[in-house]
Amino acid sequence: MNKTAVKMTVNGQAVEGQVEPRLLLIHFLRENLGLTGPHVGCETSHCGACTVDLDGTSIKSCTVFAVQAEGASITTIEGMANADGTLSALQEGFMQEHGLQCGFCTPGMIMRAHRLLQENRDPSDDEIRMGLSGNLCRCTGYQNIVKAVRYAADKLNGRQEAAE
Amino acid sequence: MIPGTFEYHRPGSLDEAVTLLTKFGDEGRMIAGGHSLVPMMKLRLAVPEHLIDLGHVESLQGIEITGQSIEIGAMTTQHDLIASDSLVETCPLLREAALTIADPQVRYRGTIGGNVANGDPGNDMPAVMQSLGASYVLHGPSGTRQVAARAFYEAAYFTAREDDEILTAINIPVPAPGHGFAYEKLKRKVGDYAIAAAAVVLTMDGGTCDSAAIALTNVGDTPIHAEAMGESLVGTAVDDGAIAKAVAAAKAAASPAADLRGPRDYRAHAAGVMAGRAIKRALARVKT
Repeated sequence: MNKTAVKMTVNGQAVEGQVEPRLLLIHFLRENLGLTGPHVGCETSHCGACTVDLDGTSIKSCTVFAVQAEGASITTIEGMANADGTLSALQEGFMQEHGLQCGFCTPGMIMRAHRLLQENRDPSDDEIRMGLSGNLCRCTGYQNIVKAVRYAADKLNGRQEAAE
Repeated sequence: MIPGTFEYHRPGSLDEAVTLLTKFGDEGRMIAGGHSLVPMMKLRLAVPEHLIDLGHVESLQGIEITGQSIEIGAMTTQHDLIASDSLVETCPLLREAALTIADPQVRYRGTIGGNVANGDPGNDMPAVMQSLGASYVLHGPSGTRQVAARAFYEAAYFTAREDDEILTAINIPVPAPGHGFAYEKLKRKVGDYAIAAAAVVLTMDGGTCDSAAIALTNVGDTPIHAEAMGESLVGTAVDDGAIAKAVAAAKAAASPAADLRGPRDYRAHAAGVMAGRAIKRALARVKT
């Protein structure tokens, strides 16, 4: 089978590979690069567990071929912590507000919430819910996920010290 | 779920893309955002031997508004439509409809060209384009032609586009200033296709309706633009009696299949309800 060369930047590092064109981006990230933060959930672009950031958009990496990401800049959950290794505001929010139980959806939730906050620094609760409408969580009932994103927005807008 | 094997092609220009499409014939398939095609490939319902990625053809990008016409490049994403302030000012129906499609991640990838071109009766933009009187630009080996959205859809997944043509852009006549508009979509959950949906564009002169177009989504093999639905409003004050006639015409025009979204009669009824709501909301938005 013919392979195609791909090059992209993942979490700030240049990577390249020879891939079958049918290789999905989620499998390239997990199996070729060993980045197992993005999860394979429904495989039908419904659940959002595989969400990563690609050139300033959040995408479901189970529905994009690796070859389509040629030249792209990608961020996964592994690239979300601050440079000094401390948790980003969103990660801290999910911890402080119990925004997860089993944690399966969390990498996708955080990557989607990250892009949402880049586009809308101070979303209302409704905007958070609609902004995360492509991500399913079967544990939390979403309330604490909304709170976690609210926590991060408050922190990024300088309205909040660390949680009590 | 792993798709079958294929060869991948990344043309850098429209001509190159047309050449590849002509060369591979039935074995080639274009990919735009891929959010209809890739799921079909995973299920092996689509097994193209050659995949032609339009993602690097720059002439297919962008939104241009000039005087009387809006031209939207086929590779413009639903997210781009939603984010374009000038488009929202000129033709706000497009944002309203785009926001009912799928979810944010899918809208970053899904394109307007793919949505109108692939002929899936569940897609929302075809009926929207019919209500706006839009036309599609098709580019093939023998040149470029335009086909009205109202004449484009032949059956589910069958359209007026020839196999070696690429839908490159959508032309929409700029709606009259102050026009009323609405897209009403009944769906089971965020991201779902419509049980039934209706797009309405109308204009009023004084208290009288002087133009109205109504089109329906997902209640037939194709989007449905029935002249009778809009005509029953023209010349009236769009009062309850006129709306009831338009709703009856919408129900009569709808020809849905029974599926997971409900039995046939329910979905036809829903088409009427969506049409009625869309007319009322469009009327309330008219600015004189």
